[in-house]
Parts: sequence; C-alpha cells; structure tokens
Amino acid sequence: MNRVKYICFTAARMLTLLIGVCVISFILVSASPVDPLESYIGPESTMSEEARAEVEEYWGLNDPPVERFIKWADNTLHGDLGRSITYDMPVSQVIFSRFWYSLALILTAWILSGVLGFAAGILAALRRGSIIDRGIKAVCLVFQSAPVFWFGLLMLTVFSSILGWFPMGQAAPVDKLAEDVTLWDRIYHLILPAVTLSILGISKITLYTRQKATEIMNSDYILFARARGESERQVVMRHCLRNISIPAVTVQFASFSELFGGIALAETVFSYPGLGSAITDAAMNADAPLLMGIAMFSAVFVFVGNLTANILYAVIDPRLKEGGYRA
Amino acid sequence: MDEKRPVLRVRDLTVSFSMYDRGWKKKSLEVIHSLDVEVMPGEIVAVAGSSGSGKSVLAHSILGILPQNASVKGKIEYMGQPLTEEGQRKLRGREIAFIPQSVDFLDPLMKVGRQIKGIEGSDRRLREVMELYGLKEETADLYPFQLSGGMARRAMIASAMMGTPKLIVADEPTPGLDTALSENTLKSFRHLADGGCGILLITHDIDLALGVADRIAVFYAGTTVEVCPAGDFDRGGEMLRHPYSRALAQAMPQNGLKAAKGSQPYAGNLPSGCLFADRCPLRTEKCGGEIPMREVRGGKVRCLYGA
Amino acid sequence: MLNHITAASGEPRLRERKLNSRKKIIIYTVVAGIYLAMVMTVGLVMSPELYGVNYGDRFIAPCLSHPFGTDFMGRDMLWRTVKGLSNSIVIGLAASAVSSVIALSLGILSASGGKRADRIINWCVDCCMGIPHLVLLILISYMMGRGGLGVAVAVAVTHWPELTRVVRGEVLQVRTAQYVKAAYKMGHSPLKVAKDHIIPHVLPVYLVGLVLLFPHAIMHEAALTFLGFGFSAGVPAIGGILSESMEYIVTGKWWLCLFPGLMLLIAVMLFDMIGEKLNQLFNPGSGNQ
Repeated sequence: MNRVKYICFTAARMLTLLIGVCVISFILVSASPVDPLESYIGPESTMSEEARAEVEEYWGLNDPPVERFIKWADNTLHGDLGRSITYDMPVSQVIFSRFWYSLALILTAWILSGVLGFAAGILAALRRGSIIDRGIKAVCLVFQSAPVFWFGLLMLTVFSSILGWFPMGQAAPVDKLAEDVTLWDRIYHLILPAVTLSILGISKITLYTRQKATEIMNSDYILFARARGESERQVVMRHCLRNISIPAVTVQFASFSELFGGIALAETVFSYPGLGSAITDAAMNADAPLLMGIAMFSAVFVFVGNLTANILYAVIDPRLKEGGYRA
Repeated sequence: MDEKRPVLRVRDLTVSFSMYDRGWKKKSLEVIHSLDVEVMPGEIVAVAGSSGSGKSVLAHSILGILPQNASVKGKIEYMGQPLTEEGQRKLRGREIAFIPQSVDFLDPLMKVGRQIKGIEGSDRRLREVMELYGLKEETADLYPFQLSGGMARRAMIASAMMGTPKLIVADEPTPGLDTALSENTLKSFRHLADGGCGILLITHDIDLALGVADRIAVFYAGTTVEVCPAGDFDRGGEMLRHPYSRALAQAMPQNGLKAAKGSQPYAGNLPSGCLFADRCPLRTEKCGGEIPMREVRGGKVRCLYGA
Repeated sequence: MLNHITAASGEPRLRERKLNSRKKIIIYTVVAGIYLAMVMTVGLVMSPELYGVNYGDRFIAPCLSHPFGTDFMGRDMLWRTVKGLSNSIVIGLAASAVSSVIALSLGILSASGGKRADRIINWCVDCCMGIPHLVLLILISYMMGRGGLGVAVAVAVTHWPELTRVVRGEVLQVRTAQYVKAAYKMGHSPLKVAKDHIIPHVLPVYLVGLVLLFPHAIMHEAALTFLGFGFSAGVPAIGGILSESMEYIVTGKWWLCLFPGLMLLIAVMLFDMIGEKLNQLFNPGSGNQ
C-alpha cells in the first residue's frame, strides 16, 4: 500500500468511527431520564400547559428519536448545534469561545509532557539500571497512578495557597476587565493547570521512550555504529534519536484522547473556563445540546489527533513510502 | 622484520557472560576459552566452525563492542602492541574495520550513502568506494530496506573502506548471496589482502573459506582446535591434524558428506579437557586433562594425538 | 548468538536484587492484597458514627486522635477516607468484573465468530476509543440519571475495549498454534479443545487483564464523583471528599485533600502492582519489566 492510499484508507475508516461516535452520543444523551425541560424551567415552575408545549415543540422533545436524530444531524451539518441552556448562547458559540482556552491548555501540556518525557526516557535508557533510571521509573509509576484532580489540588495548595506564587485559578485576574488582560496574565494563569494536565501523559511517553530506546541501543545497527568508531554521543545523536522519535511522536499524538478527558478534571480544579468545565456544567444542568455538542467536538478532536499521527507516520517513516517493509 | 609481525595476535582469549538463568540464578557462561589465532599482513585467515559456536563473540571482542555483562581474559595484540580498550576505541572504524553479518546492522532510517560514509569518510572517498563496489550513485539516496541483499552486503563492505584498514574482521559476510555474488565478495577480500591488509574471515561455510583463505582456524565449541594452511583440507583432509577438522573435511560435499556423529557441547555445559573427546575416535583417558596447543607440521593443533 | 545473550541478561545490577523473585512477588502481592481487602472490609462494616457530624471539632489539623484531621462539619477524615475508598474499591471491583466479562465474550466472539463478527467488534472497540474516556463516562452517567448507579454503570461498561483486544489476540494466537490444529485433526471435539488448550492459555491473560482493570476503574470512579456525579453528599466517596476540599484550599486546610488523595493513590498503585506482579508470575514471557 502506498502512502496516499494508506492515508485515504485510514481517514475513511476514522470517518465511519466518527459518525458512529456521534450516533452513540446522541442515543446516550436522548435516553437520559433527566428532563431537560425540568431543569430548564425548574421543577417548581408554574408554567401553563400551553407555554410548556411551546417550549417542548421548540426543543423538538415530542418527535420520535429517529426523526429527532435526523433533524439534529441535519442541523449539525448546517452548523447549528442548538442553543445552550446553561450559557444562553448558541452551542457553537460556547464551544468556539471556550475551545481556545482548552487548546492552549492541551497544547502546553502536550508539549511539556512530550519534551520532558522523551528526554527523561532517553536518559533512563542510556543510564539503565542506575539511580537516575530507577528514580525516573519510580516517579513514572507514581504519576501513572496519581489522580489528575488530586495532583491539581496539591499544586493549588502548595503553590497558590501556601507559597502564593500562582493565582488560585481562573484564566485571568478576576478584577481585570477582559480588554485589560495581558498575554502574561494568560500565561501566568495557564502554568499550574498545564503542569497538572501534563502529568496525565508524561509517564506513558517516558516509559515508552525508555523501553524503545533500550531496544534500539541493543540493536545490531548500534553495535555496528560502535564498531565503526562512533562515540557514545554520536551513536545517540546519529542513530538512536532518529529511530526513536518516529514511534514516540506517534504515541504522543495518540494521547490527545486522554488529554481531552483530563481537561474536564484540570479545568474544574482551577475553575478554568474551557470546554472541560463546560461539559461538566452541561451534564450537571441537563444542557443536552451543549453536552452533545462538546461530546461530538471531543470525538473530532481525537479524530484529528489520530489522523495526524497516522499521516505523520506515513510521511516521516521512509519505510512506509513504498513497498512496505522488506524482510 | 616488519613483514613478519602479525597484524592481529590473539592469545589464550577467554570470554564469558554473566547470565541469569530461569529462576534468576546468576551464572557465568563461557563462550570462548583459550582461543589462539594470528593474522599476518596480506593474509586471509578464516575462522570456520558450525553456527552457534561463539564465532561472532570473537569478532566483537577484537573490536571491543561486547555487551557490559561480558568479561574478557587473555591477550589481544594489534601490530605487536597490546590492544587496550582505549586503543580499540581509537582504532575501530579507522585501522580496524568490521563487516557485519546482515542488513540489520544498517540503521533503517539513515540513507545508505551517509551510512557508508560514516564519521570518518569524505564525499570523494565515498564516490570512489561506491564505484569500486559497483554501487550506483543513486544508491546513496536509498534507505537500507530498499537495497537488495547483494547491494546491502556491498554497502557494508564499502563502509569498511572509509578508513585505511590494516585489519578487517568480517563476520559471515556471504550468507544470503548467490554463488556469483559471494565469490565476488571473497574476491574483493583477496584484493584487499593483496594490498597488505590482514583479514579475519569468520564463517560457517568451510567450502567458501577454503576458496579464499590462506590459513584456516578450525573453531569448535568456543576454541580453535587447529590452525593450518588451507591446502591441508585437500584430498579428503588426510593432512589435517585434529580429528574434528578431519571430520569437517569428510563432511564436505566433494568428500562424500560424511557427517560426524554427535553434536557440539553447549557453552553452558562444557566438559573439562578436550571438548571433542566424547565424539572422538582416538579418545583416551588422558583427554580429560589439559590439552595444550602444539605445533605440528607448520600448523597448530589442540590434540594429544594429532600428527 | 550474541544478541541472544544480550537479550537474556541486560541490567545485571537490577536483576541481582531480584534474586528469588518468585517468592518476593508472591509476598508483595499477598501483602498488598491484604491491605486492600482490609480497607474494603473495614469500610463495609464500620459504623457511620465514626465519621459522624460533630460541630465542636471543626477543622482540626491532623493530630493523634484525628490522624487525617476533621472537615467543616467536624467529621473525622480518616474514617471518611476509609469509607470512601472502600466504596470506590467495591464499585471498582464490580465494574471491572462486568467489563472483563464483556471483554471476554467479545474477544472470543471476535476471534472465533468469523470475519464479519470480528470486523464489527473491532469497529466497536475503535468507536469506544474514538471518544475521550472521561467524556464517555460523563455521557453514560448522564444517561443513567447522574446518580451513584450511573457512575457504577458508566465505569462498568466502558473498560472493555483494551481487554477485548488482548483476549482476541490470545485466542487468535492459540487457535492457529500447531498443537491446537493437531488436536482438531485428531478428532477432539471443539469443547475438549477449548477445555484442554484454549482456556488454559487465555485464562491467565484474562485474569491479569482483569486485575489491571481495577486501578483504572477506581480512578475513573473517583474522577466522576469528583466532577459531581454519583451519590449524594452524605455518602463518602473519595472523589466527593476531594471535591469538597477544594473550597477550603484557600483557607489553608491542606489536610482535607492531601490524605484522601494519598490513600487513593496508594490503593491505585497497589492494584497496579498486583496486576504487574501476577503478570510476571503467569506470563513470564511478556516483557522483562
């Protein structure tokens, strides 16, 4: 299979998955016993029957499920995701305005965990069995099991509450007007949540890199490189890094899914106004359109991450270019 | 005088690995023991023996690229000087070249040209050497997986030519090549040797070794049992000194493929004294003791009865 | 030859300390198992009075009589934590069991139910992985009406995809193995082949997979309750306790979040360790870590 065909095939398969995810999300959300109407107008409402029916009609709550889905899908394809009850705005607008906060958070955490994890993994592999290696491994094991939200709470306690170095959350100082917020304010508020989120994926990439780098350092071509007089440094720079970066980058791209789950937790801890806190609010307030919209958006996000990983793999690995692997 | 000095002289070499058995018991596995071999300038010495007998370990210990759990005893001399770890580091890739067994020894993600060039070579030298080994210029831009077996083989031999090798250690350089190509490869070894280079050729294919080598070191269960001129293998091997070498010669196609009975002892479980004793027709009680290497008729043999 | 030796030995120093590690593995596993079982049982049988409301003892920092301190209603945090952790473990165990049964059935069906079944199941696995796990958990909790049952169901029905893949791979591998083919040729019935060859091969992998599901299930249960799903505030749950503690961080009540989280972390790590150790014990071939 050549490169173009491979990419097309992967993209097509992922697209069917994306559609499947949307259908499932729709079924889940619409099967909920939580009555959106109830939470919208409140249980003690004294609304007249007619007014109630009008609202039901507006939300399409009386149509059979399949019809509702088709209507919803049609609207979605036309860019209309419905209206969020919680924020009293079109869902697309809620997602759009909050996505940038979440994206900044995810990308920072992604780069942070990727760079640190890759470096730590290589270091551990090169000094395998040493104290450094064992230390890195131990830290990874702890991080792997540490609940993200707990880690976030600890960061808040230590760095914000006790030391006072960082703000107590939010994406910008509360007492500033939106137009006065500087880039530095944003970065300053981003640091703690991003670090918190990055511990979510860092052990995976570290342990993976360590394992892979160890395999590579024991490989025949490293032996040959040494036999040809390359120093340890040259062996690492010329052969090890190049061979490890392709699989490591792929693994890192596949972590988008976890990161998206992580923002729900990290943003809740830091009251950060992104998509993660929005989806929690949506589920809590029975805001079905918003819940549906963010769920779908998260699937698209994962889809893009996986597709990028696959394309990147096809583009940077010369062995996939043509003819595949030769035995 | 200088002519007579060996490029490589290995004396009483013993290599063992500390290993962990099932159940995590630590034990030392001796893969090579009391091995002697010498290579003179302009000479091809073939180390021949069946697979799994630790021949590659010999190559790796000369180059100093054994894994960390290996321990080496004995003497390795290069140009009359003891070859230290420091020396190995300085010399490998420059004066001591290594030709590996298979395409797996090439970095799968580095273009062939850059790999042949290595850290020592120049672009000019790269072009020369590639031409010498019949590799087209475009080959330099290919990745190892795109090479045919023969091309990969030639690329690895070419890579040995980037320095100015005085000693080449070639580990099984021919398997996977068709007859014409492997003869070609060996011819290029002859050519190198004639230029004054010493070559240690490690192979399991004694037939092939005989075609090109000046002397044969017969390798059995981690040691050299006999070192002799290649011509001694002629006429059914009646000139050979060690019963194992004679059995090898008998097993060659032109001598009727008479294979010796039994099998090589496993490295973890070697008998004391002569390693061939349990398969040997000449065995006596003395064979359980220490067997020194003896000079017999211009060759060397590790057998009490070889004559 | 050489590679064989390198692969078999590696990191000599580390291995040296693992001498007789079979015994050690068993000891570790048993100790960890006892600890977790103890937390669970104590939580199940303890009297709710132990963490009852006592406004006289509000916000006591950790001391001898309250090692984990007390909260804004004067409830003892140690006992609340144990109770919450116990609840989490119970839900985690039940949910993992359900997920693993789903995984086992789907994995076997996928490997031996023909091409179409395989394709459909693979598609379902990918589909489940195509949406962030936590988002899926939220959706299912929402569908179930957001209560404690919702959390349990959500955790139970979302942890099967990875294990399904593992089971499928194992079954496929053993089905195509020579000795199984030979058994069929010798006229053994599929049932006998399954009993003699397939089950002994797949069972250890399945069991280890099941144990390795625990930490994930527990962590996700805690995450969901932290976000506000799950039982009402009266029932202690680790996630809920941590969620409450958020309010008091500003005022420096650090113990409210430190200890409960630490207990959760330890429980998750121990489950993880038990899984890894059992893996070493049952499937020594798979990886040398």
